[in-house]
Formats: sequence, structure tokens, C-alpha cells
Amino acid sequence: MAMGLHNSDVKNPVLRWVDQRLPVITMMQKEYGTFPTPRNFNYFWNFGALAMINLVVMIATGIFLAMHYQPNTVMAFDSVERIMRDVNFGWLIRYIHMNGASMFFIVIYTHIWRGMYYGSYKAPRELLWMLGVTIFLLLMATAFMGYVLPWGQMSLWGAVVITNLFSAFPVVGDFIVTLLWGGFSVDNPTLNRFFALHYLMPFMIVGVVFLHIAALHITGSNNPLGVEPKGPQDTIPFHPYYTIKDTVGIVVYLMVFAVLVFFMPNYLGHPDNYIPANPLSTPAHIVPEWYFLPYYAILRAVPNKLGGVILMFASIMLWFALPWLDTSKVRSMKFRPVARFLFLLWCVSFATLMYCGGKPAEEPYVLISRLATVYYFAWFLVLLPLLGRLERPLPLPESISRAVLGIRALGAGPMPAGAAAKPMEKA
Amino acid sequence: MKRFLKIAALAGAVLVAAGPSGQAAGEARHARDGGFGFANLFGSFDRASAQRGLQVYKEVCSTCHSMNLLSYRNLTEIGLSETQVQGIAATFEVTDGPNDEGAMFQRPARLSDRFRRPHPNDAAARAANNGALPPDLSVMIKARHDGANYVYSLLTGYGQEPPPGMTIGDGMNYNPYYPGGQIAMGQVLNDDQIEYTDGTTASADQMARDVTTFLAWAAEPELEARRRMGIRVLIFLGIAGVLTYLVKKKIWADLKPA
Ligand code: HEC
Ligand code: HEM
Repeated sequence: MAMGLHNSDVKNPVLRWVDQRLPVITMMQKEYGTFPTPRNFNYFWNFGALAMINLVVMIATGIFLAMHYQPNTVMAFDSVERIMRDVNFGWLIRYIHMNGASMFFIVIYTHIWRGMYYGSYKAPRELLWMLGVTIFLLLMATAFMGYVLPWGQMSLWGAVVITNLFSAFPVVGDFIVTLLWGGFSVDNPTLNRFFALHYLMPFMIVGVVFLHIAALHITGSNNPLGVEPKGPQDTIPFHPYYTIKDTVGIVVYLMVFAVLVFFMPNYLGHPDNYIPANPLSTPAHIVPEWYFLPYYAILRAVPNKLGGVILMFASIMLWFALPWLDTSKVRSMKFRPVARFLFLLWCVSFATLMYCGGKPAEEPYVLISRLATVYYFAWFLVLLPLLGRLERPLPLPESISRAVLGIRALGAGPMPAGAAAKPMEKA
Repeated sequence: MKRFLKIAALAGAVLVAAGPSGQAAGEARHARDGGFGFANLFGSFDRASAQRGLQVYKEVCSTCHSMNLLSYRNLTEIGLSETQVQGIAATFEVTDGPNDEGAMFQRPARLSDRFRRPHPNDAAARAANNGALPPDLSVMIKARHDGANYVYSLLTGYGQEPPPGMTIGDGMNYNPYYPGGQIAMGQVLNDDQIEYTDGTTASADQMARDVTTFLAWAAEPELEARRRMGIRVLIFLGIAGVLTYLVKKKIWADLKPA
């Protein structure tokens, strides 16, 4: 081997030549082939791969939409309908992109929920988790700006409401709002910059996803038990075990996606967005997309505008601090009966906020939102820090292989060493 | 597999929780079910009804409402021949130009022309309608909650007594299906107002049904192709799902303790 060339195992001479100079094939083999992965993932561990696919789908459909879309207030609405009518399979591309945003949030919310329930944010995965929250913030910004592009009534009025929130900040507020608008109201310059940013941000997401994955491959994955793998008997190679399991998940995901796109493409949208934007006519109820409803409910639960804005932003910013707010050493809620119950209650408060966010700001919804908001924050700021000290967790299993293979093996005496090691030989 | 179903159930629950909450609370009466075939999951547009609906639009609605997103050529999709559509288009005069002398001129519409608008601009439309703007009808069915049933109910919802205590404004009409109950559009469909070319009796209800079918097609011309493709995609994914699941079970089989 010549000096400076990578020592490649690849057989094919052409690929080998490449791999010696740029070891991408070795890297893929290491990170997605033999990568040692806990053997006990459940199907919640599919959602990272699903999010990745969803991102690719959004970028692919988005680029084709951008070829026909006109970011101009006079033409935007009609240009989207032209895509639906006059572009070959334009309706398909647009409905995939539109419902793809909803699918993205379904997938990401499940992915985040998985991380919270199984304690995936705890050491040593804090940074991995924070990169994930960053992706979520970028995703929210991207989806918000995307929703403005078709320039229907909800596009315009949603943009008016959300951009106006920034004016609540003292001193810098008005400056930020003018910057967002590019003028003195939500108008053509706003649409132009939102389009530019909507095109840019998905690629920023790609960058952060890369860091997210890089960090994952340093610490390795968490698992439903929350117990680190202790040796080769606890892990299996990523390929073929998890490549095939992810494929099963992908097919199911595509089926849900297909039902939305082909049979109920406008079910999750608001009919008002098929009314062209009109600055002179305010819709009776301005409602954001379903995935923003919990935060919208928090915003409206607070009587003071600045207070509402701060709580709304804080409701997600707190996620960054989660690794330090949770003082328990035990990761998985499986072994934390009290925390598990209170966490599921937190999920109920989240769902309640989502429900109230879609309702008009009147009683009883305001009162319910307030109660749910209090619990939302109490979980992070009071219960979680205290539970780590007060709660007695259940005994943790000795190791993953013990817990997964053990029930039968335990009864039959110590597990034969070969039983778990055998599949490794296949890899 | 059980966990799997749980995930699916979770996703389903999110969809159900998220959907209807997006709809604003209605102050209007709930729309009547028009029993439209295309509203069924695998339904399609009744071509004869859509063609009659076109006639209703042409002879009644088009004096006030535009349909800017449609071109005459699109009409072949509801079962009319190209010659028939050419004939329909030719009955409308549209403005073209400028010609070699730089002047605009009138000519009969062609297949490639957009539907002729009744008013040159919104201000003119308002002026002709007591200050109210008749909205464009191209995507009307998508732009209202439960669109088809709503438009059908709206068109047949006139002539009822307003609730006591409600004062109907000048030039306004009571219609319980319209949010607020008062609409600037008067009753536009009356029994035997037009004569259907296919001999169907033109009752007000029949015309409302037909024009709604036409508008539903206009709002979602891709609906039938979409559902057809959807069925194929789901069958394909169903088979792929079973196969991958079996392969997964086979691959994972050797991980079970002996
Ligand atoms: C004489 C003019 C005129 C005719 C003819 C007419 N409309 Fe209207 N229409 C209006 C006006 C004006 C409005 C706006 C009402 C308002 O804003 O209160 C309207 C509103 C509507 C709306 C919207 C209601 C809503 O929810 O906002 C629909 C749907 C509609 N018309 C359908 C039709 C159909 C279908 C026909 C033909 C059968 C028709 N109209 C014929 C004048 C007309
Ligand atoms: C993170 C990925 C993305 C998300 C979450 C997202 C989200 C959205 C949403 C919610 C809409 C509004 C859909 C509607 O109601 O019509 C939209 C529209 C649009 N997006 Fe994206 N998008 C993403 C990526 C992209 C990319 C990469 C591009 C371009 C290269 C793009 C181009 C467009 C265009 C042109 C529209 C307007 C057409 C339309 O409204 O259908 N998007 N996007």
C-alpha cells in the first residue's frame, strides 16, 4: 500500500481505487453496515429514519414546486392552482409537499416523544438531543414560511399574527418586525423573503441532521431499557437487522402518507387557505396549522402579550435544558413508575393544548389552556427535578441481553455464551 | 407487531384530533347532506349532472361570478367533445390584442381562453352588486368547510323565515346556512328557470345539485385520477408491506435464543 492511501477492504477495483483515496465506502460500511446497535429496539426507533426520508421527500417535491411557483402577491395563489391543474402530476407534487409537512411533524413529534420517554437526552447524549431540538426549531420556521407561500387567507393572516408577536419585545421588537416584513405590513417583500428563506432552511436542516447523526455515531443509540450495551452480546449489526426493520416502518409510513395525499389531501388544512389573501378582510378565526396549535394555546392562555410570547418560546426552549432538568440517572420511564405516570399526564396536557389552540379564545377553552399550561411547565421545572431525588426506580436489568433473551434462559440456568454471540458471525 | 399497531393508532389519533379542530366554530346552520356520489371515498363525478351544472353556471351564475382558473379546454374533462366545447366557447366574446395597429379587439373565445369574466375588475363587480363582491367560484368547493354540501344547502336555503329578533339589512337576504345568516346574494335558482338541453326537469333542487357537481369538478379536476392512483399505490404498498414484514421476521429469526 502506497503511503497516504486508506487501507480499503473493498474488492471491486474501481470502488477500491476511490475508497483508498476517499474512504466513503468504508465509512458507510462502518456506520450503517456493521455499526453495533442495541438488539432490543422497538418500532419507535424507526422514526429517525422516517424523518430523514421525509426531509428528502420535502426537498425533492419542493424543488419541483419552485420551478412553477411565483413568489409575487398578485400571482402566488393562481400559480399554486396552476401547478395543481396544468403541470403534469402537479397535483401530486403539491399534495405530497403539503401533506408531507404534516407527516414530518407527526414523525418528528413521535421521535421527540420517544426521546423523552426513554430518556435518550441524558448523558452522554445531551448534545445529540440539543441538535435535535435545533432541527425542530428550523423545521417550525420552514413550515411556517412555507404555509405563507400559497398566499391564501390563512397564509396572510397567519403571517400577520405570528410576525406581530415579535413586536411585543421591548426596544428591538418593532425593528425585528420591520425586518421580517421588509416594509410596513405583510406584503410582497415579505412573500419574497419568506420564499428565499423557505428554500434555504431545509438545507440548513440537512446540515444539522448531519451533525445530529455524527453525534449519534459517537455515543451510539439509546434503547427501550435505557441500559447501555455492555458487550457484543447486547448488540447486533445495523445491517441487515435494522435496515430491514426500518424498511417495514417506511412502508407503513408511506401507506399513512398515501391515504392523506390520495384520499384526504385537504383534511389537515384549513379551507380558508383556498380563498386568495385579502388584507382588507380578516377571517373570523385565525388558526395556525395543527402542529403549531399547542404553542398557540400557550400564547393565548397568558393575558399579557409579552408574557404570552415569552412562555410560548420558553415552552420549546425548555427542551434544550431537559438533560439537566431531569436529575434521575435512570433513563427509561419503564423503570420510573411515578415519573412515567406524570409524564403521560404531561402528554395529555400537550394534547389538550393542541385541542384548545384550534378553538376560539373563549371559555371554557381559555381556562383549560391555562391549567394545561401550568402543568406543561410544572412538569419540566418542578416535577422532573424533584422526581430524580424522591422517586425510587424499579431495579434495572443487568444487561440488555439478559432482559431480552433472559426470561426463558434465566429459568433454564445461565445463558449459553454462544447463543447470543452467534448472529454476530453472520455480519 | 402489537407495538406497531399502537404506533399506527397513535398516528391515527393525532390525525383525528388535529383535523376538525382546525375548523372554526360555525354560527351557521349545519349543511344538509346532498348525497353526492363524488363525496364517497371511491366515488366519481356524475358527468351528465356536471354538464347540466355547466349550463346552470353559464345561464345563471356567470352573470355575476367569474371562474378565472378554468379554460374552455378543461370542459372536455366532463365528457363534452372538443367540437361541443368549441361551440360553447364561441358564444363568448373575449378581448384580445393588441393587433398590428396597436388596438384591442373582440373575438369569439377559443379552447385555450380562460372563462370570460363577467366584470372587468372587482370594483365593477361590486358596483353591479350593491357593493358586495361575488367571489370567484373556481375553488369555492375547496374553500368552504364541507364545501359541496354547503353550496348545495346555501343555494336551496332561501325563502325561510328569519328567527325572531333578526333584522335583515338593506339588500340582504336571510339564509340560515350562511355564517351570520345574511347574504348579499339573493335567491338565484327558481323552478323551471332554465330549460335543460337533456330534458331533465329543472327544479331548483336539481339545478343546485347539478351546479354543485360542476363546481366540485372545477375545484378538484384531478379527483378521479387521484383516487385511482391512490388505490394502485395502496395495493402496491400493501403487498410490499407484507413481503418486507416476512423478510424481517426471517432475518430476525436467528436472533431468538435456541
Ligand atoms: C346577481 C348576481 C349573482 C348571481 C346570479 C349569483 N350570485 Fe352567488 N353571490 C353573489 C354575491 C353578490 C355574493 C356575495 C355575497 C356576500 O358577500 O354576502 C355571492 C356569493 C356566492 C357564494 C359564496 C357564499 C359564501 O360562503 O361566501 C357562492 C358559493 C355563490 N355565490 C354561488 C352562486 C352560484 C352557484 C350561482 C349560480 C347558481 C350564483 N352564486 C349566482 C351574486 C350572485
Ligand atoms: C423541511 C422541509 C420543508 C417543509 C417542512 C416545507 C413546508 C411547506 C409548507 C407547509 C408549504 C405550504 C403548502 C400549502 O399549503 O400549499 C410549503 C409550500 C412550498 N414549498 Fe416547502 N417545505 C419544505 C421544503 C421545501 C424546499 C426544499 C423547497 C424548494 C426547494 C420548497 C418549496 C416550496 C414551494 C415553492 C411552496 C409553495 C407551493 C405550495 O404552496 O404548494 N419547500 N412548504
